[in-house]
Amino acid sequence: MASKKPVRWHIAVFLAPAVLVYTAIMIIPLFGTLNLSLFNKGPDGVGFVGLGNFATLFGDPRWSASFWNALGNNAWFFLIHMLVQNPIGIALAAILSTPRLRMAAFYRTAIFVPTILSFVIVGFVWKLILSPIWGIAPGLLDIVGLKTLFAPWLGREEYALTTLALISVWQFVGIPMMLIYAALLSIPDEILEAAEMDGITGSSQFWKIKLPLILPSIGIISILTFVGNFNAFDLIYVAQGALAGPDFSTDILGTFLYRTFFGFQLQLGDPYMGSAIAGAMFGIILLGVCVYLFGIQTRLRRYQF
Amino acid sequence: MKKTYLTALLTSTLLAGPALAQTTLTIESWRNDDLLIWQDTIIPAFNAQHPDINVVFSPSAPAEYNAVLNSKLSAGSAGDLITCRPFDASLELFNQGHLADLTDLAGMANFSDVAKSAWQTDDGSATFCVPMASVIHGFIYNADAFAELGIEVPTTEAEFYAALDKIKADGTYIPMAMGTNDQWEAATMGYNNIGPTYWKGEEGRKALIAGEQKLTDPQWVAPFEQLAKWKDYLGDGFEAQTYPDSQNLFTLGRAAVYPAGSWEISGFNTQADFKMGAFAPPVAAAGDTCYISDHTDIAIGMNAKSPNAEAAKVFLDWVGSPEFATLYANALPGFFSLNSTPVEMQDPLAQEFVSWRGKCEPTIRSTYQILSRGTPNLENETWNASANVIRGSETPADAAKRLQDGLASWYDPQK
Repeated sequence: MASKKPVRWHIAVFLAPAVLVYTAIMIIPLFGTLNLSLFNKGPDGVGFVGLGNFATLFGDPRWSASFWNALGNNAWFFLIHMLVQNPIGIALAAILSTPRLRMAAFYRTAIFVPTILSFVIVGFVWKLILSPIWGIAPGLLDIVGLKTLFAPWLGREEYALTTLALISVWQFVGIPMMLIYAALLSIPDEILEAAEMDGITGSSQFWKIKLPLILPSIGIISILTFVGNFNAFDLIYVAQGALAGPDFSTDILGTFLYRTFFGFQLQLGDPYMGSAIAGAMFGIILLGVCVYLFGIQTRLRRYQF
Repeated sequence: MKKTYLTALLTSTLLAGPALAQTTLTIESWRNDDLLIWQDTIIPAFNAQHPDINVVFSPSAPAEYNAVLNSKLSAGSAGDLITCRPFDASLELFNQGHLADLTDLAGMANFSDVAKSAWQTDDGSATFCVPMASVIHGFIYNADAFAELGIEVPTTEAEFYAALDKIKADGTYIPMAMGTNDQWEAATMGYNNIGPTYWKGEEGRKALIAGEQKLTDPQWVAPFEQLAKWKDYLGDGFEAQTYPDSQNLFTLGRAAVYPAGSWEISGFNTQADFKMGAFAPPVAAAGDTCYISDHTDIAIGMNAKSPNAEAAKVFLDWVGSPEFATLYANALPGFFSLNSTPVEMQDPLAQEFVSWRGKCEPTIRSTYQILSRGTPNLENETWNASANVIRGSETPADAAKRLQDGLASWYDPQK
């Protein structure tokens, strides 16, 4: 009996809503942007220029200086998140998962709340806190006798980007905390009990047993941080404006893209160069994600319980 | 977005249904602060003469205006009357055929060539917006503080710095309220406020456009050298001080001098409870000609695709009349009429500002006409350079050189 395999229509039907919506609002705009980056305005109207916009972006001394400055700042922004946000998130999760901690639910909520706040609120509140004129930061430092340490951080080229990165860390530290916390809770008790039988307790239990088990989660958090940071824009725009002052020291790829694409003040928007920057951002993020997926994730050892 | 506008437009058409005999004109504007003034003062005055034309003032947020307007115009859903930004933003709209040519409008005769220059083609052959108002730069000061410290209103550079030194030595007040966080104040209320005195107003501005002067010439570096001196007179932490911070510092009476644009007048009148005065940018030596930035800022034009062109022209003609000029200038002290007929104003601070037109040579901001067409954008670069110079992170000469190199990279007469 050679019966044909029935066509499984239901798969297509169930996939359709997600595929259609995702195609309409993500894939088509993405390719539209990439397509737009290959065009530019010439003396006789808009025409195809191939990779000309990218040649300008990387070849013209002004464009490339702005681009590398933004990319460098973005890398620093990412580095601070990796060095501060993720270790603190992991530490908080480890503390929260200790069974003896009281009011764990309260701390968990309190630390997670800033994550759901709008960038506009966070930027505005921190600008006020750090304001040299009305802010509470100078007063608080004065109380503990450290007034001399205060500086108008957001207005100094050497501190502004780091300050903004730390504000962003404050806002988002709840996310790695929650993910790691969930991973820690999913470690079976038998493994921990077995470790205790072998005499591994306390901090060595964390380093030797728990940390290897949560490494895949840390990997996911790193890649989320990477994508989030290289797409960041809102906080800088809210706190420093589209010119990302002082002297472009807080300019990241997102603000650079915004200024170019939409224009600013007397500068008219240039959708073609803007798309080229967006294309470069897409490339950078794609490259980063690929390095992670093929270089790191496949080498992480996974444990089955 | 487009859909919302369409719905809004349809709704407004439906609402206007009962008064079908009337024509309804919609005004696009970025001046959302002025909504009440239009509704309560200006539109009723117009309707007193033309009861058959309904006018709706429909502003959007200033920062979004250009983008919103452009998309509405290309979608064909923009209002009949368009408030015009000066120079290239509106010129671009005219070149794309969105703004109608108004050269032959009768009301245009009431404006001088300088007043119209911001809304004309480069050769001056077509004018596409009726000038409404300009803003004047200068310094607003706390008159009570000046009296208390026994300071005379400065007219020369030496007197200006002597006054600031005296305020600083006394210590009660911050000598000058300005911050560099938002950057634009440094350029607009700093560089383009005091600059015309050094580059001799229109003479220097036109020579720069013609390529006869360079931004590295002494008269163009001098304003930066002045700004570099301002640093010592600004408040603690001025690097992180924003524009609203500066306004509040001054209106709360904590700072004595505020480098200003005249648009601040109405806000300051309601906020400050001390006496205020104003002085023009100081000159190098007593008796020198003074120059002020009397910047053409706002005008109104007609959507070329408006179905109500006849009614719109009637309204625009009225905007060009001395009656409108008086109404507008008094409702919004600090926005000075560009009409050739002198306008009687009630506000003393506004009177002080406008009195400089009589004794000083007016010009407009140096970066606005033609020079900000390319990349890098001279206006935006000037914001950055002015803020850097005040903070002391770039020397005046370096800043000027950077601006000149940037301009020369795309502007042929400067190559």
